[in-house]
Amino acid sequence: MAKKENKNIADLKFGATIEYAPAPESNAHIEIKKKYELFIGGEFVAPEKGKYFPTINPATEEKLADIAKADATDVDKAVKSARYAYDNYWSKISGSQRGKYLFRIARMLQERAREFAIIETMDGGKPIKEAKGFDVPMAINWFFYYAGWADKIEYAVPGKNPEALGVAGQVIPWNFPLMMAAWKIAPALAAGNCVVLKPAETTSLTALKLAELIQEAGVPPGVVNIVTGEGDTGAAIVNHADVDKVAFTGSTRVGKMIQKSLAGSGKKLTLELGGKGANIIFEDAAIDQAVEGVINAVYFNQGHVCCAGSRLFVQEGIAETVLQKLKDRLKTIRIGNPLDKNTDIGAINSKKQLDTVQDYINIGINEGGKLYQDKCSLPKKGFWCKPTIFTNVSQASRVVQEEIFGPVLTVQTFRTIDEVVELANNTYYGLSAGVWTDKGSKVFQVGNQLKAGVVWANSFNKFDATSPFGGFKESGFGREGGLHGLTAYLK
Amino acid sequence: MPFKTPKIDRVGIQERCAKFQSRSLKADTKKKLLRLALNMVDLTTLEGSDTPGKVKQLCNKAILPHGALPNLPQVAAVCVYPSQVKTAKKALNGAKINVASVATVFPSGQAKLSIKLDDTRFAVDEGADEIDMVISRGEFLRGNHNYVFDEIAAVKEACGKARLKVILETGELSTLDNVRKASEIAILAGADFIKTSTGKIQPAATMPVTLVMLETIRDYYYSTGIKIGMKPAGGISNAKLALHYLVMVSETLGDDWMNNNYFRFGASSLANDLLRQIVKQESGLYQSKDYFSIG
Repeated sequence: MAKKENKNIADLKFGATIEYAPAPESNAHIEIKKKYELFIGGEFVAPEKGKYFPTINPATEEKLADIAKADATDVDKAVKSARYAYDNYWSKISGSQRGKYLFRIARMLQERAREFAIIETMDGGKPIKEAKGFDVPMAINWFFYYAGWADKIEYAVPGKNPEALGVAGQVIPWNFPLMMAAWKIAPALAAGNCVVLKPAETTSLTALKLAELIQEAGVPPGVVNIVTGEGDTGAAIVNHADVDKVAFTGSTRVGKMIQKSLAGSGKKLTLELGGKGANIIFEDAAIDQAVEGVINAVYFNQGHVCCAGSRLFVQEGIAETVLQKLKDRLKTIRIGNPLDKNTDIGAINSKKQLDTVQDYINIGINEGGKLYQDKCSLPKKGFWCKPTIFTNVSQASRVVQEEIFGPVLTVQTFRTIDEVVELANNTYYGLSAGVWTDKGSKVFQVGNQLKAGVVWANSFNKFDATSPFGGFKESGFGREGGLHGLTAYLK
Repeated sequence: MPFKTPKIDRVGIQERCAKFQSRSLKADTKKKLLRLALNMVDLTTLEGSDTPGKVKQLCNKAILPHGALPNLPQVAAVCVYPSQVKTAKKALNGAKINVASVATVFPSGQAKLSIKLDDTRFAVDEGADEIDMVISRGEFLRGNHNYVFDEIAAVKEACGKARLKVILETGELSTLDNVRKASEIAILAGADFIKTSTGKIQPAATMPVTLVMLETIRDYYYSTGIKIGMKPAGGISNAKLALHYLVMVSETLGDDWMNNNYFRFGASSLANDLLRQIVKQESGLYQSKDYFSIG
């Protein structure tokens, strides 16, 4: 196979014949306001203290807009307006009427998909082909799916006569800003709740665009409130006395803080936290497709994916082959302007995150890991990290144990099924895993032993609104998607 | 065997092919690739009704693809039946264009070996530079891989100095695993090129099938250092699709395969669509098909 039988055989050479000319998606018609306010009670209102913070394009470091910073007073207003809307309107109308609003949001998002994709790419740094091909379609998928549930809630949990919880406080991360907003808002509204949602501070724009769309869709004031800000704004939502349910997606560190502060409060809680997904390739796998799967598992969205397959385990007989193929594949990956249709890896979301990733790369090197990065060039401005592979690492390495949330893959080898199951489960996370083998029975044998919320077979990072998603251990609890995702918003 | 046959996952292959198709080719890159694609065409006529006149016409087209643009590259070869080889050779009149001939009882291959070898020798004696043979699909599907191997090896010997392209007729092999296996047998038995299809069976060349064959070529290269050529044939009738194929080659095998020594398009109508797109790039206008001579 691709294992070199003879050291004199030269590596394949890539990239000299086709130099892709720039093919940027036009953003000329995209309207981004200079300043964005808080969306409370169906109106855009200035924050009480009048404070704003900038949001930048991580690929250019240019400022895109000023975003309102909500403090506890603003959050209180938002929760009150959600409560008012719940008591006086949302809990009074029929499920089919709630569904009507959700279908309308889904359709309007479809119509404006391109605009949302471009803004997502500008504000967050992800490649336009992912924003267009994944983030926005997924968000639409979620709204359509849960719109269908809105008038069938009484059948969702047979015999239990389920009811809405009331007001949900929701805090989401910066890796899939619009999609995460959809994952939170759609099931909450379908189940009959009103929401106060806070997007991450580096990626507020698409959530605020969604607020405009929700306003335009005629959703009753206060049903959806979007408040922007940093960690303290999130804390104000989580700790507000009149919030019935908290849903958080983000880091394990913050998730632990939230769980502590909610203890004894009676609030319902779901947490979707970090991960360190194991991706296991057996010798009998379709090797080239598995290699492509590894690329997709760890370099998708610059590795800013909680369920990323960041730990690769390769059966020893094919380890050299797989590594050769991974390195060849990295040579054809294109990093650069996220708006370019040919870009495979965009910008790291923020300076802070870039520092974190670089710290981990240094840690990996200091631990004795062997680093591989392709010789590609990076843009001068903006936050960039080359796709990285670490070999010569072990379970004890921090780069193997800790979530990096960047384009960094660690590669370990194994001999037997028992060995790899033990290695894969030897982590405090348990969100995702992948198994690559041509043998169906092995998929189930291994999959059943892996302690992960989702196990993909011969694929990775596949999602659908009908399928529940969530973690084990420190990756959190509760499920999003499917019927499970709905019941998280019902009592 | 110098390498072990890996399994092929159809869904994974399709996803990879979709990524090649999402590459955006513009400006100078596009111009360059259109010309390169033209230079990789095996201009083909394989009809029962072929006449010396038609073959001469094809050869003239090969030498001068479009009179209005004299600086265009020539095609790689003309591909004809053995009985037309002499005509083609004469018509090409020393131009640096190869004559490829199908042989081994093309397209079915349903004959005994001695007849196939005679067919091959006849084409070579008539002056063919390249031989496009068909494998015995029936024997392959029956599991008689040794038969297929021996047959290819015998034809290779009969080819002498002519380069051998082995047609797998992937449209009859039913699975991508079979395509992989047949590719390996062909390469190990002595193929200089592996080729998807005769063009007489549907589906002919597809991107997934071609990708499986390119990956086999890559694995063989890494295990031996030997470069095998690839020729998708049939079904690639427009320039856009041809460019998707070039992206696939360049991202799978790399720069060394981006020339007509190692990559060909077997096609009859592709050349004119490439010419149309080249003219469009030069003049900014699409011309009607009437402006392009038939092959």
